[in-house]
Amino acid sequence: MTQGTTFLDILPSLSAVIIGPLVTFAFYALLNGLVNLFPRKIAKSLRPYVFIGPVLALVIGMLLLPTIQTVTYSFQTSAPTAQDPNHMNWVGFQNFGKLFADPNFILTLRNNIEWVAIVPLVTVILGIMIATLTDRMGPVRERIAKSIIFMPMAISFVAASSIWRLTFSWNPGELQVGLLNALVQAFGGKPIPWIQVENFSINNLLLMVVVVWANAGFAMTLLSAAIKAVPDETIEAASIDGANGFQTFFRVVLPQIRVTAVSVFITVLISTMKIFDVVWGMTGGDFHTNVLGVDFFREYFVFQNIGKASAVVVMLMVAIIPIMIYQIRTYRKQEELR
Amino acid sequence: MSRRISALQRIKNFRPGTTLVMLLVVLIWVTPTIGLVVTAFRPQMDSVTSGWWTALFNPGGQHWTFDALKGVFSSTWNIGDSFMSTIAIAVPATILPITFAAFAAYGFTFLEFRGREVWFSVIIGLMIIPMQAVIVAVLKGFIALDKFLYTLPFNKTGWLHLAGEYPAAWIVHSAFAMPLAVYILRNYMMTLPSALIEAARIDGASHFRIFRSLVIPMSVPALASFAIFQFLWVWNDYFVAFLFAGRHPVMTYKILSMLGQHGEGWQIVMAGCLVSMLVPLTVFFSLQRYFVRGLTAGSVK
Repeated sequence: MTQGTTFLDILPSLSAVIIGPLVTFAFYALLNGLVNLFPRKIAKSLRPYVFIGPVLALVIGMLLLPTIQTVTYSFQTSAPTAQDPNHMNWVGFQNFGKLFADPNFILTLRNNIEWVAIVPLVTVILGIMIATLTDRMGPVRERIAKSIIFMPMAISFVAASSIWRLTFSWNPGELQVGLLNALVQAFGGKPIPWIQVENFSINNLLLMVVVVWANAGFAMTLLSAAIKAVPDETIEAASIDGANGFQTFFRVVLPQIRVTAVSVFITVLISTMKIFDVVWGMTGGDFHTNVLGVDFFREYFVFQNIGKASAVVVMLMVAIIPIMIYQIRTYRKQEELR
Repeated sequence: MSRRISALQRIKNFRPGTTLVMLLVVLIWVTPTIGLVVTAFRPQMDSVTSGWWTALFNPGGQHWTFDALKGVFSSTWNIGDSFMSTIAIAVPATILPITFAAFAAYGFTFLEFRGREVWFSVIIGLMIIPMQAVIVAVLKGFIALDKFLYTLPFNKTGWLHLAGEYPAAWIVHSAFAMPLAVYILRNYMMTLPSALIEAARIDGASHFRIFRSLVIPMSVPALASFAIFQFLWVWNDYFVAFLFAGRHPVMTYKILSMLGQHGEGWQIVMAGCLVSMLVPLTVFFSLQRYFVRGLTAGSVK
């Protein structure tokens, strides 16, 4: 599969830098020119589609239609025939029935619910805490602290998983190279294979640590901007009225950053629902840490079961759609306020 | 900040309690990464027999080596190849979607037409489609397209195909970037002075002309911050690269393979991670301001 890399391999990216935008511009210019051939009135009504048409075609062709296809597959099962190896038969809700009859899938759902209940909330609370603390420090210390907490966002989930697998790692015997078990030993405890501990979902919680570690910087950045936008007068007024620090925070600052906090919460919520890389990199979904994103991958690529894999994705989407409607509504409201 | 603060004020601002708590948080945040860097420069023997922190507490007595880095670049792991593959996916998958999104954002901002809000809502709504939802159908679509391409007379050897190659990953990444890109760029373009654009219209400039010579130059800050965002995302991606451009193993793929052999010491995995992190960290630390600005502009209203 791997051949030696030649100059030809970077050629696409080099040419994309220069030729990419030029070709794209030429493509749009061509579309524009075609529209100009029409009589003025028709050209005027076609013009918007020169600008938005290609993008519409891309998102409809690559996002909307494939999603509809997946929903269709979730009600079908593979039934290859001699003429058509890709033939699918309609089976109604059978795929869903099978999933819910499988105790492993119920466990997967439970894991997803745990993720969704814990990660977004912890991320937002941590984000608010860090943003508040850094806001009260000198500019130099603030910048250094923020850079360090933000840094994990720049690295891949695969690298993050590797880093944390080393931290959580366990060796048989006394010698431990993982920091967590070394700390456990230092406090007189016995080293544990943390990633395999299913009691109280401890291994799930440790995987969540990785995601919170990676996402806290995002939450901190947005919430910090919101906190800095809170007018000083409102805080001064509160302290003149005799409010203490906590009262000022909960009654004055928090209400003013609520919109941002909710939007961060929802962004993290959506990405948590779809979580894949971290679980895949840390456990591959073993030791009862499976989540919907990984389950789909296994059903499709390991078990080659298109119908069931699609049913898993449909479940995921059913959970996401209400949030999607909420987000679009919020967006509309913001538009009206403009 | 060039504002001068008196020494007394600075002492008052020091807030030892706050600084101490933050120091603790920062330490927790940075420790795993320090572990990565230290491990990457340790010999295999040491990294199997002792924790990385022992090297940190005794830096002079520790044997530091480039063995692991040489190892990941050797013919066994060939991370150099993967580095090139990652560039070949990430650069076009950043530039192409931004160019397309800029055109669409212009259309949604400066052109009046029926169904504008409906189409815009459709694009924004698609932001929430999970990657998993499209994979089966898109993979099948690419394979069907390749089957057709193989029947073409000039394509007897099958040199022209999509599945497993770079362009397949560019297309999928572009599609997934589009909703957010259009959203961010449109929000930005709405803040441009509309009087200027109207004046250009009255002077007889075409929309195409205005887009090219007015709106694009004025939108550079938004374009730049989205480009950074998208580049980091694509560079760090595993899923799309593995599924759609599988003929060219990227670095995330290599690291996962290395992870499978950590029994022989963590130094190889950590060296691989270190190589893969160099570019995103450089981009991040040199362009942090734009990145943060883009993030903030997108969400805080």
